[in-house]
Amino acid sequence: MSTTLFVPRDSAALAAGADEVAAAITAEAQSRKLDVTLIRNGSRGLLWLEPMVEVEHQGKRIAYGPVTPEDVKSLFDADFLNGKPHALSHGATEEIAYLKNQERLTFARIGITDPLSLKDYEAHEGWAGIKTALKLKPTDIVQQVLDSGLRGRGGAGFPAGIKWRTVAAASSAQKYIVINADEGDSGTFADRMVMEGDPFMLIEGMIIAGISVGATEGYVYIRSEYPDAVSIMDQAVTIATTAGILGSNVLGSGKTFNIHIRMGAGSYVCGEETAMLESLEGKRGVVRAKPPLPALQGLFGKPSVINNVLTMAAIPFILARGAKAYADYGMGRSLGTLPFQLAGNIRFGGLVEKAFGVTARQLIEDFGGGTATGRPFKAVQIGGPLGAYLPDALLDTPMDYEALAAKGGVLGHGGLVVFDDSVDMMEQARYAMEFCAIESCGKCTPCRIGSTRGMEVIQKMQANPSLAPAQTHLLRDLCGTMVNGSLCAMGSMTPYPVLSALDHFPEDFHMTKATHQAA
Amino acid sequence: MNSAINPETQVVAQALTRFQGVPGGLLPLLHAVQEDLGYIPPTATEAIASAFNLSRAEVHGVITYYHHFRQTPPAKHTLAICHAEACQARGCRSVINKADALLGTSHGTHASHAGHDHAHEGNKDWHVEPTYCLGLCATGPALMLDGKLHAHVTPAKLEALIARANAKESS
Repeated sequence: MSTTLFVPRDSAALAAGADEVAAAITAEAQSRKLDVTLIRNGSRGLLWLEPMVEVEHQGKRIAYGPVTPEDVKSLFDADFLNGKPHALSHGATEEIAYLKNQERLTFARIGITDPLSLKDYEAHEGWAGIKTALKLKPTDIVQQVLDSGLRGRGGAGFPAGIKWRTVAAASSAQKYIVINADEGDSGTFADRMVMEGDPFMLIEGMIIAGISVGATEGYVYIRSEYPDAVSIMDQAVTIATTAGILGSNVLGSGKTFNIHIRMGAGSYVCGEETAMLESLEGKRGVVRAKPPLPALQGLFGKPSVINNVLTMAAIPFILARGAKAYADYGMGRSLGTLPFQLAGNIRFGGLVEKAFGVTARQLIEDFGGGTATGRPFKAVQIGGPLGAYLPDALLDTPMDYEALAAKGGVLGHGGLVVFDDSVDMMEQARYAMEFCAIESCGKCTPCRIGSTRGMEVIQKMQANPSLAPAQTHLLRDLCGTMVNGSLCAMGSMTPYPVLSALDHFPEDFHMTKATHQAA
Repeated sequence: MNSAINPETQVVAQALTRFQGVPGGLLPLLHAVQEDLGYIPPTATEAIASAFNLSRAEVHGVITYYHHFRQTPPAKHTLAICHAEACQARGCRSVINKADALLGTSHGTHASHAGHDHAHEGNKDWHVEPTYCLGLCATGPALMLDGKLHAHVTPAKLEALIARANAKESS
């Protein structure tokens, strides 16, 4: 009888050598004349264990990791095909605390199924959302999304249902569904994992959105740094089209929906929705002024729903299980779950989907196990390169859009980048300005020039500590101009990491708390 | 020179046939040309502009706006090292410095596109560029070498990767 083995095809596993491990397993099984079936699944998100090989044994999956090609022989020797112990064994995957303590709604299938198997998708509640949606009136679909409390997961946190309602109410012969998969924030990889691990879920969400607002064309804008995600999404769209799920007769309903996969070209600011629209139209990715709202005049000037990957990926669950099932998770005005991404200097980095309300400390310490180096924790940057650096004293803040904002933080796309005590926060502040200078689209002056001036001001402080108090004054003034005078988040939020570094870690800027307050 | 047999012209012409009528087809077209030729030849600008009913300046503006597009043939090896925060937290600065030492570049001291020209420095077989996130933020430092991703990179591992790539070239 054939034994089923799983070796992930997620980029994080591939970068750690998953293809080489898969090849070694196949070769070893052949030389031992053992019958194995190798499935390339998505990643479970226990990224420190990648490549994590799973063996199906007596209806359970047993995890081994991180596996190198050199370990393969000893795994066979230990009879891992029968789930036997080995130094790399972690027991039954489902029982691993890191996974067991999560609330996986969006990531329910990821790592379990073969991402490109329609059979697997159907067997794990796939298409249940769209089947429900096809029985509802379009306005009732939008109502479900409104009732679920789902907010935009790209960072802005705008209620998805209100966007959908606006597009549904707009009258136009052509409307679009646009997915922002330009996941450029350092410390985030959940969009990538969805596209590589469960592409049909994103496709299902897009079709539901199309039906509810009256759009027949969808675009997915994926960054060029994610070639594997582009390839898997391309294949998934072809498979879904061949199966009659996409095209001119969606699941036999007579409705039309097509999806186009588009690749970005290495511009961070194209993650800003209007710059992304410009890029999709074949132009320089320069930010547009709002209004008009993209919901009314979006892609090619037509009404467009623009959602982040995680927002759209939550839709099939909401339709399949009902708005209340989703809204039962979370706190305050942040309902549902967020796939958090534990990154940077953290012992157990990976994907942790939890209801809103979990604290940063629970994520970093209970799930993450503290720093990877074992040195004391110093700061966490939450929400990407435009997010604030928070010190230990603020780690008990619940992960909720409003609660974090009250502490000067930003939840963003849910990425947490941990730093140990070796980090120099003034250098991090300088880097934030440098990154803005490199990636600014150049449309507005505070962002284009302010970022370069900001970098220079910090460099002066680095070179001459005695200038720090006076330069700090300048830096704050400059940050104020950037916050208030920039069109988009690139310029207006670059001051978040800069000022939070300054406020929480003045000693790194050659100042004591007292001189800092005087400045 | 007979342009009908010029491979560059042919690739551009084929891509134009494929993407001319596609809404917002300019980026997919540029990707297709770069995929085939390794770069977007300056001679392509005029043909693209005329097919898309744009000025040459507009096409040039798009090509040069995006970090991904290049207008000169690529070196034998392209090494993109992540410079972003999550990799910084895991020690990418030592990897960047190692690449500078081995390949004669200066990314550790000058960020790209910020007033320093990296195009003509270092080993001519190697193109080294910064990248800002490969989505491998829990397992950095990360890099992409000739299209293949690598995680958990150390200075020693980088040296081995470079040696292996060079050996493949000479064998």
